[in-house]
Amino acid sequence: MIQTLRLAAALAAGMVFGLGLSVAQMIDPAKIINFLNVFGQWDPSLAFVMGGGLVVNAILTPLIFKRAHPLWADYFRLPAKTEIDRRIVLGGIIFGIGWGLAGYCPGPMITSLSFADSSIVTIIVAYLIGTWLTKQALARIDRRTTQLARA
Amino acid sequence: MEIINFTPLSALAGGALIGLSAAFLMWSQGRVAGISGIVGGLVQPVRGDLDWRWLFVIGLVLGGVLYRVLGIGPGVEHIQPVVSQGVLVLAGLLVGIGATIGAGCTSGHGICGLARRSPRSLVATLSFMGTAFVTVFVVRHLMGVAA
Repeated sequence: MIQTLRLAAALAAGMVFGLGLSVAQMIDPAKIINFLNVFGQWDPSLAFVMGGGLVVNAILTPLIFKRAHPLWADYFRLPAKTEIDRRIVLGGIIFGIGWGLAGYCPGPMITSLSFADSSIVTIIVAYLIGTWLTKQALARIDRRTTQLARA
Repeated sequence: MEIINFTPLSALAGGALIGLSAAFLMWSQGRVAGISGIVGGLVQPVRGDLDWRWLFVIGLVLGGVLYRVLGIGPGVEHIQPVVSQGVLVLAGLLVGIGATIGAGCTSGHGICGLARRSPRSLVATLSFMGTAFVTVFVVRHLMGVAA
């Protein structure tokens, strides 16, 4: 029963997220590009999307963490890493170039499958390939680093 | 600078829904609503940790369907890519590579990480926001691609 509730909650969370992206018009890459185009025809709307999302989540998050554990799971899973390393900056830079080029970040890409045309499939496949290749490369680098540390 | 198509109310409403969804996912199952992280766990699957990820991703698509069915905002018929197929491939690759190296994207770092006051997410968010602005400036103004 709890498993079913947990999975229903994941589906509901995804739906609300996708609805939010649509209502905010983040699924329109032209709108994203116009937000990033400060020195051209500028559309400041995206700042309100991030602001709204952040404020709501920042108010609720401390209340949630007051609980000993999530409603339908044993513990909260938060990223283990906290230090600021080269990867976080390098990754951000590469991500920012890709986002600025086409106006698509991962969420809107997937939500846009609801009105799929071939272009959205193109960028999603490229995104998945980029993700997979990078995961392989990072795993290899991390293995080598561990071996070197042991030697 | 010329301000166009400014839609602060729908942007705030959509943003609030995104923040609400992220909080709900953390409250119900203790998971960060970072899209690249959720998708990354499907691309390189971890046994026993797939069901909620698939359902969340399916939900993302259904959220778009729901928006169309409800007809509560501007239609999606006019939405088209702003770049060629070749640039879409390049952009997709870069977004995948960057989100994986940087352990997160706009949602995971920008909405969830900042809400937790994670300094790591702040650095990530500043990095990708900064480069995205620079990229658009270079492409649209220095290279003269129209938009």
